[in-house]
Amino acid sequence: MNSLILKTAGKYIAPLLFLFAIYLLFTGHNQPGGGFSGGLVASASFILLAFAYGVEQTQKWIRISPLYIIAIGLLLAVGSGVISILFGQPFMTGVWITLESLTLGTPMLFDTGVFLVVLGTTLLIILELIKEV
Amino acid sequence: MKTLVIFPIIIPLLTASFCLVSYKTPRLQWLFTWFGNLSYFIVALIFLQATYQGNYYSIQIGNWEAPFGITIVIDLFSSIMLLITSILVFCSFLYSLTMSSKEEFRSGYPSLIFFLMMGVSGAFTTGDLFNLYVWFEVMLMSSFVLMAFGGEQQQLEGSIKYVILNLISSAIFLASTGILYGMVGTVNLADLSIKFSIIEYNYPKLIVSSLLLIAFGIKAGLFPLYFWLPASYHTPPPGISALFSGLLTKVGMYSIIRTFTLFYKEVDIPIQNTLLIIAGMTMLIGVLGAVSQNEIRRILSFHIISQIGYMLMGLALWSVMGIAGAVYFIVHNIVAKSNLFFISGIINKKTGRYHIKSQGNLYQESPILSICFLCSALSLAGLPPLSGFVGKLTLIIAGIHSKAYITVFISIVVSFLTLFSMTKIWIYTFWGTPHYKKEASSESDKNLFFAYSAIIILALLTASLGIFGEIFLNISEKSAQELLQPLTYIEKIMEY
Repeated sequence: MNSLILKTAGKYIAPLLFLFAIYLLFTGHNQPGGGFSGGLVASASFILLAFAYGVEQTQKWIRISPLYIIAIGLLLAVGSGVISILFGQPFMTGVWITLESLTLGTPMLFDTGVFLVVLGTTLLIILELIKEV
Repeated sequence: MKTLVIFPIIIPLLTASFCLVSYKTPRLQWLFTWFGNLSYFIVALIFLQATYQGNYYSIQIGNWEAPFGITIVIDLFSSIMLLITSILVFCSFLYSLTMSSKEEFRSGYPSLIFFLMMGVSGAFTTGDLFNLYVWFEVMLMSSFVLMAFGGEQQQLEGSIKYVILNLISSAIFLASTGILYGMVGTVNLADLSIKFSIIEYNYPKLIVSSLLLIAFGIKAGLFPLYFWLPASYHTPPPGISALFSGLLTKVGMYSIIRTFTLFYKEVDIPIQNTLLIIAGMTMLIGVLGAVSQNEIRRILSFHIISQIGYMLMGLALWSVMGIAGAVYFIVHNIVAKSNLFFISGIINKKTGRYHIKSQGNLYQESPILSICFLCSALSLAGLPPLSGFVGKLTLIIAGIHSKAYITVFISIVVSFLTLFSMTKIWIYTFWGTPHYKKEASSESDKNLFFAYSAIIILALLTASLGIFGEIFLNISEKSAQELLQPLTYIEKIMEY
């Protein structure tokens, strides 16, 4: 597909979508959102680019293969569970640290892992499908 | 020790992820694979040793207390299953070292196997009915992909049947979990075990347990629900179908034994009779199907069904000896049946076909292969001193003690028929004149070194399971005693 309108709009909309995805990821702890929906929206931004500029160009922008994104996400998610073992608690217990007013914990890391797995999986499937067309 | 409980799940998951990271470099994948296998094996061994002393190990994921959070429990039965899983996966990797192409490794074969292993060990260690459902799904997702691995037409046909039947079974399982939750308000197995016996009315109990029996029965391949199994198990590459035949149906069987011993603390006559009838029919129909087939993998697939009948018979007898026989039989069957599938792959490599009537004279060509085949096949039929003999003898004696004469009679007849169909393979494949032209591309034994070492390991294991039968039977008897006294299990988990 070669459409000037889609290309121009995609240039602005895709970064916004990705930002919104990150917002969804961080807001998901207390409010609607989370790693899964964030990952879907993030992959939507790349898919928009793939429609506008073609698959090969998009893959250049993503730089690494979606398979690696899945693997890194999985490792993050497992790692977030393993951290609590190091603190002597059962697997997947939340471990929290407070930096002044900011509270960070392992559930956040887990959600980021989910985000990456969803992003990688969706991209892997849909980019392959677009190639087939 | 308590921290280690989660390791049978984490190790395959980490290994699979690392294999994904390095999917372009098969060498690095191998390194991770062996490391994962080895550490899993060590953990399983530690647990077998520790649970044999009568200990239970459990943790609460995320530190949520027992009836509400997810419990992971390892008792003797679980650790037996974990150990045998690790041995089988190890052999399957050893086998695929020479039997699979580099292409398969690039497309993520090792990580898929490890995801499957994670699902299986999750199912073996969970103490929560809904979590069991989740592990089934994990296991099925990777098995769906493995089933269609390679993407030939025949494989896709087999996978469609496999996927649809398994989805139906998952739906029924989920429904029955929901009904149970609605009835007693818990899904923790230990808690369910207490509350299930408090329910006053008999019918809801019967409905739930029969739904569970149907759901697990589809996965295990029990009598009226087995038809997907021979239609799909012969289609994937032999390394994968060996793993499937060894692990997947046994997970269904494991779940039946685990849930039924927990839900019914004493013998329930209608349930016992139903199980006995199903067991007898499963044995008989499976072996009759096998006798009528001429394709080696189809014969073996039908035999899976008939062997599942023996395990169910052990549970249905509801005595220490019967369940010990069932546990022993599961282990024996995983070893013997997977080895036969492995061997069928090598036969195909040598002759280029699976149809037994177009093979022949393999005995002269490779005596080691023939001896390994004979060892596993006769063990499957139940000839002493191999492992099948010990298992069948225990089950038959237990059956006579429980006065289940008809099922015992069927099981003896089925043994003869099994012997008949194994002899059929032997005569056509290993004796006689070759009915195929030796192609230049057919592999020599040297190239198959690792595949041979895998089948030799399994054949030796079958023999030693039989020869040192007393030790292994002792372990399974201990786990049967534990299974028949669910109160200890409940106490350990709920920590009253």
